[in-house]
Amino acid sequence: MKDTHHTSLLSVQGLTVSFGASQVIKDLSFEVPLGKTVAVVGESGSGKSVTSLSIMRLADLNGATYDGGSIVLNPATRPTDLLTLQQDEARQIRGKDVAMIFQEPMTSLNPVYTIGDQIAEILMLHERVSRQDALTEAVRLLSLVRLPDAQGVINRYPHQLSGGMRQRVMIAMAVACRPKLLIADEPTTALDVTIQAQILDILRDLQAELGMSIIFITHDMGVVAEIADQVVVMWKGEKVEEGPVETIFATPRHPYTRSLLSAVPKLGAMTGQDYPLKSPLTVLVDGRPEQVGETRVQDTAQMAAAPLLSVRDLSVRFDLKKTWYGKVTHVCPAVTGASFDIHPGETLSLVGESGSGKSTIARAIMQLNSPSAGDIAFDGKPMSRMSLAERQKLRQEIQYIFQDPFASLDPRKTVGWSIAEPIRTHGLMDNDRNISRRIGELLERVGLPASVATRYPHQFSGGQRQRVCIARALASKPRLIIADEALSALDVSIQAQIINLFMDLQKDDGLAYLFVSHDMAVVEKMSHRVAVLYLGQIVEMGSRRQVFENTAHPYTRRLLSAVPHPDPTHRREPVRLEGEVPSTTRRIGDEPPAAIHREVSPGHMVASN
Amino acid sequence: MAGFLLKRLAQAVFVVMVVTLIVSVAVRMTGDPAMMIAQGATDITEADLERIREGLGLNEPFLSQYLATLSGLFTWDFGRSFLGGTPVSTLIGNALPATLLLAFTSLLVSIVISIPLGIRAAIRRGKWEDQLIRILSLVGLSFPNFWLATMLVLLFSITLQWLPPSGMNGIASFIMPAVTMGIILTATNVRLVRTSMLEVMQSQYIMVARAKGLSERTVLYKHALRNCAIPLITFLGLQFGGLLGGIVVVERVFNWPGMGSLAFDAVAGRDYPVLQSVIMILSTLIVLVNLLVDIAYGLIDPRIRTE
Repeated sequence: MKDTHHTSLLSVQGLTVSFGASQVIKDLSFEVPLGKTVAVVGESGSGKSVTSLSIMRLADLNGATYDGGSIVLNPATRPTDLLTLQQDEARQIRGKDVAMIFQEPMTSLNPVYTIGDQIAEILMLHERVSRQDALTEAVRLLSLVRLPDAQGVINRYPHQLSGGMRQRVMIAMAVACRPKLLIADEPTTALDVTIQAQILDILRDLQAELGMSIIFITHDMGVVAEIADQVVVMWKGEKVEEGPVETIFATPRHPYTRSLLSAVPKLGAMTGQDYPLKSPLTVLVDGRPEQVGETRVQDTAQMAAAPLLSVRDLSVRFDLKKTWYGKVTHVCPAVTGASFDIHPGETLSLVGESGSGKSTIARAIMQLNSPSAGDIAFDGKPMSRMSLAERQKLRQEIQYIFQDPFASLDPRKTVGWSIAEPIRTHGLMDNDRNISRRIGELLERVGLPASVATRYPHQFSGGQRQRVCIARALASKPRLIIADEALSALDVSIQAQIINLFMDLQKDDGLAYLFVSHDMAVVEKMSHRVAVLYLGQIVEMGSRRQVFENTAHPYTRRLLSAVPHPDPTHRREPVRLEGEVPSTTRRIGDEPPAAIHREVSPGHMVASN
Repeated sequence: MAGFLLKRLAQAVFVVMVVTLIVSVAVRMTGDPAMMIAQGATDITEADLERIREGLGLNEPFLSQYLATLSGLFTWDFGRSFLGGTPVSTLIGNALPATLLLAFTSLLVSIVISIPLGIRAAIRRGKWEDQLIRILSLVGLSFPNFWLATMLVLLFSITLQWLPPSGMNGIASFIMPAVTMGIILTATNVRLVRTSMLEVMQSQYIMVARAKGLSERTVLYKHALRNCAIPLITFLGLQFGGLLGGIVVVERVFNWPGMGSLAFDAVAGRDYPVLQSVIMILSTLIVLVNLLVDIAYGLIDPRIRTE
């Protein structure tokens, strides 16, 4: 036995787990010290979630088998090997000594029971208190996770709360019985950065207060740098590196860790640069790191040319409530008075939290939402004056790439068929031989072999599917591509490769991008200009350098301050970012006034109200 | 919720009106009841027929006949049967309880059997219990109800002489008709419960419930079952219509003194008042049951309640 056992709460030794015939975790060992945070890092499929489910003994309920190893709780004092317990013994520990928070706060709570009932349930189970006492305790727990109006939240149902609030409820539920170990499985991945910052602060404070250990599962190196004491890096079901967080970031030894760290976009890394910069990547080829790509200044934007796309005073609103005879009484002003231009070869990023209206703008440009006011001009011609045929042509020249590469390809068609569809729809080619040659070219453009055209989407990984989606977007020879959170669902290493692909395509074809994102670091890396949206209005817009280096609007500063730095030696000061984005439902006649912008320096617009 | 229910109630009234209208028109296209009544009489003249029609009220304008039928729902006066002159309300008063008892018994039996079996199949997915339940439900689904009814009568009434072959007389007489109707219902319901249970068990909140340390029984019956109740009661509401349709056949075979038998005789005898009233009442029942389903949604799912 190692001497670390004196200070360990949990000791995982030689853990091997499989689902059916496939081994998903091989010989994994690590220690969780008392009162410390261990980050388990890796990309999708690395086995990190199965590790946490195995500690909870939930993995076997979902069909996994433990082929070997042990997971010992309290190795020094009262050693219990969790793997040898019967399920009804494991239930005594689950939720009491070891608790867990899951990734998806939107689906983690049972929709048909109140928040109070769901928290009280665990207290009544493990602490054997009355329902009344449990509800009182639930109120206290909810104020502990800084939910305003805890007394009111008790009687509400999950669908009445936002994602950030639900995740706080989950945390309150997890710490209800003062667990010794809290497992947080990607608890902030689905949340906006400002909410993420709040959740991380809450977890840190609770850890100090309750003295619990935390296993934090994530793929986000920024979050790791911010919260972890120890880091375990997993790759293909195995631990490839382990150490104190400072060491891992300063001197990563394993090639995979090195490639992972090189792929992480760092906010502020572009300071002093006028243009986006394409930088080389460390990728693993047969397990060995290799540098690919060159350093290139992305000076593709033709700012002197006439704008390719002009959006003027665009407003989009959705009707929410009507009287019984159909008169609209409440609306959601999703976008109010947005104006911007995109020039050929330029990347304009729209950033903001969920509900800020960034996707609504993108969809209005794609003619998927109709504007309630304002106009959009392409190539100088306003959409409102276009004929049906011209509008159809616009659908060829503007292409859209969606967030979820799993959902945006037809699972029953080959990827070649999907890529050919825009070519056939717009009648660009009619000869089948030419079309299949073009499909091959497009696949090679996005870094896939031409031979994969006959395969089906399920045979590809997430990153490869997103490449297929890009190939499909390129098929109709567009001039503008709208990428709506196109990188958010991808692992960082894949994300970095796709960013470089976007930049190469822009360089070669002079493509313009409207890049919709909530990830400030990625935006900083690849944009020429940036527009920041808050509650449907552009609050700040300017060149990337202006917005990131001379930030003028308080909301932009707030967004930037919430981004975690992937550097454990410079941890973000716990800024008290409180509150949530307010409700956007407005009574008719009570819509927000359009923001008045002033120009603080040439091309740098800031809302003054 | 109140506004939602008012809207549904208005829709329900409209549905009943339209169904009654369609039935009234359709039944008049099938032939002349006066001819039916006069059947057998050899020296019948056109004047005699006219007198019969006059007596039956068939010379009134169609609209006023239709409105008279409709108003029966409120006054419980549906006129008299063309055949025998018994007030229709008396006929229905005797038949409706018999049919409702049979329908709800079948429904109840099917719910009581299908929910535990469906859950069992879902949690034992792919195991032999699941396979067995699925095969049995497919077998149950494949029986035509008239054939099944006949086989039951052959076996239990004629060969074994355990159960009365026909009529409504005591609990024992319920068994065969209820089983006949219940088997097909149960077979479909088992499959529905199994599918929606499987879907709910994949949810994140089930994982969360397990992570709390709750027993598997609590996870299943408290957290999962209520979430799969929505598709289940939707389906039960729809099934009720099919149930009343199937009842005509089953009542016929078992000589059950219900609405099905009544409707059957009315069709054969072109007995407009009886047929119209039976169908109007059955459709009102179906509409009411589906209204109850809508109310149940609100009770089960807070997301619907607060909308």
